[in-house]
Amino acid sequence: MPERPLRLDDYRQVVPSNTIDLIYRLAERVQGRSLLHVNSTRVGGGVAEMLHRYIPLFQDIGVEAGWEVISGSDAFFRVTKSFHNALQGQEQVFTEEMLRTYLEVNRENAARLDLAADVVMIHDPQPAALIEYASRKGKWIWRCHIDISRPQRRAWNFLRQFIVKYDAAIFSLPKFSQRLPIPQYLIYPSIDPLSEKNRDLTGEEVNAILDRLNIPRDKPILLQVSRFDRFKDPIGVINAYRIVKKYDDCRLVLAGGTADDDPEGAQVLSEVMEAAAGDPNIHVLLLPPTADLEINALQRAATIILQKSIREGFGLTVAEGMWKGKPVIGGFAGGITVQIIYGVTGYTVNSVEGCAFRIRYLLNNPEVARQMGENAREYVRQNFLITRDLIDHLALMVSLLG
Amino acid sequence: MRRAGRPFLFITCHELKEMLGRTAWDERELLDGIEEVPADSLYYHTLSYFLRSKYLASPYPNDFATWAAIQVRDRVLGERLAVVDPFDYEDIESLRSELITIIDDHLASLPTIPRVVYGEPFHFMRSTIIEIPTGIEARSLREFRDGVQAVDLGAIFYHFFGVVRRKNSRHVDPIVWLEEELDLPDLAGRIRRMNPYVSSLDGFRTRLLAVLDHVLEEVGDA
Repeated sequence: MPERPLRLDDYRQVVPSNTIDLIYRLAERVQGRSLLHVNSTRVGGGVAEMLHRYIPLFQDIGVEAGWEVISGSDAFFRVTKSFHNALQGQEQVFTEEMLRTYLEVNRENAARLDLAADVVMIHDPQPAALIEYASRKGKWIWRCHIDISRPQRRAWNFLRQFIVKYDAAIFSLPKFSQRLPIPQYLIYPSIDPLSEKNRDLTGEEVNAILDRLNIPRDKPILLQVSRFDRFKDPIGVINAYRIVKKYDDCRLVLAGGTADDDPEGAQVLSEVMEAAAGDPNIHVLLLPPTADLEINALQRAATIILQKSIREGFGLTVAEGMWKGKPVIGGFAGGITVQIIYGVTGYTVNSVEGCAFRIRYLLNNPEVARQMGENAREYVRQNFLITRDLIDHLALMVSLLG
Repeated sequence: MRRAGRPFLFITCHELKEMLGRTAWDERELLDGIEEVPADSLYYHTLSYFLRSKYLASPYPNDFATWAAIQVRDRVLGERLAVVDPFDYEDIESLRSELITIIDDHLASLPTIPRVVYGEPFHFMRSTIIEIPTGIEARSLREFRDGVQAVDLGAIFYHFFGVVRRKNSRHVDPIVWLEEELDLPDLAGRIRRMNPYVSSLDGFRTRLLAVLDHVLEEVGDA
């Protein structure tokens, strides 16, 4: 059943007081201005999910917000996946033909799409070269969602020639910023507390969904929700679980999906299935991109939430888990380090062994886990809800448009 | 009770965080950075810390001190930087000079430059403050007190934690307004002497409300 489009006022019940009034007052300064988002997929992955949520909110406060998606061949998405991996530090090979494919698809999209707006926000590397071919009217911003703290030099050099043409760039963490001649802003991504993935659920709803997914609730549940991607280290999670399992009985649920622009997902999933084979307490769930309610229920049913990434953009599944009042154990990577306050809202870990130790500690100290979960929810309320994101973007529009 | 001819308009603010793309991996690089970055960057790492610590506070109320103590694990420098109260300085350049002197003196006493081994480097940032009118205004001390209670913490920061002083904007300075419009120089002086450095925005508001309630009680408007 489609969700009713949310209005800003619906958020008064969950966000810090005064926040909604502040958004309305800030929005008055950009009334009627247009904001166009451009990315590479409408379904799957954090960016698409975020745009689905906050474009209606921008529209609700009087900003003419739009969303365009570039289209490309399989070859193009293989190239952009290589860019994605290279910018996150993996060594990749780029042939001249690959670079030509990337530029050609961007050129075609620039000709096809209507990119006229006061502010044009281009998400991630896939459409970054649109700026080379489009006729620019408003301010163009490049919004980078991935961890480019240690990019492969050749990939970054190639991309940088386009980035320097933007009016500004946005990164999710200070460590992702680069030496660039344009202003670089820090905006943390956010979660929507009223979405199907994050709204409150009753105990009956949670039980019914867990039954449907065939996940018994007879023992503590460890949960990692993420795409089947090597950077999320699902094999490392299974290895940590195996260490814990020698001492503490528990279940492990690995739930995730793949995105249109991620051709490696199926291969990683098959490796995970192989590693989990034969253990009835490991549940690997391949969920469709629409399984928000299922993820919500799994997070609420979990005892501990894991996000053992070895490279990460921001890792919003951490904030999602924290919002459910659960302690989160996350890899010391990307934005996980700003969401998890060590020992207060959860633990960051640097190894399979560290992950196993903290799981054991929390399983055996339920009062500590409960207090961390409470801290975690409040920390998210103050810092990682969609309304804070809205304020940051409005403030940036005000600053850029004068 | 006297009513002001000119109302006091409460303004709140939002901080746009800009990264300078400059990092420090050791204390020499931190010193070089502090010498060279724009004033808005020093402002971000000291005064505007309070805007970012509404729920969970860092060990020290300035980023330089916290970085030295936590990431470099040089607690001595952390403590020396932490004691620098930015509200004591007339302008940001005087504050810059003090920070430089402290780090320079500290490094001169060490055989090697302390650096990050396991921690994170220091990322220099810059603050852009976006002003937002709250729509709340006061013409009397009672209305002023109620406004202080009602506004969000961004407004407390804006009016009492340095934005006003930094911009030298008398028309949004509540202390000037209390003095000139309500003719309350004693109260204005008392608020001026309230040092916000070792409190949070919420803690400062609580102290401020106590002072205002006390004065209202004295004049029989409690």
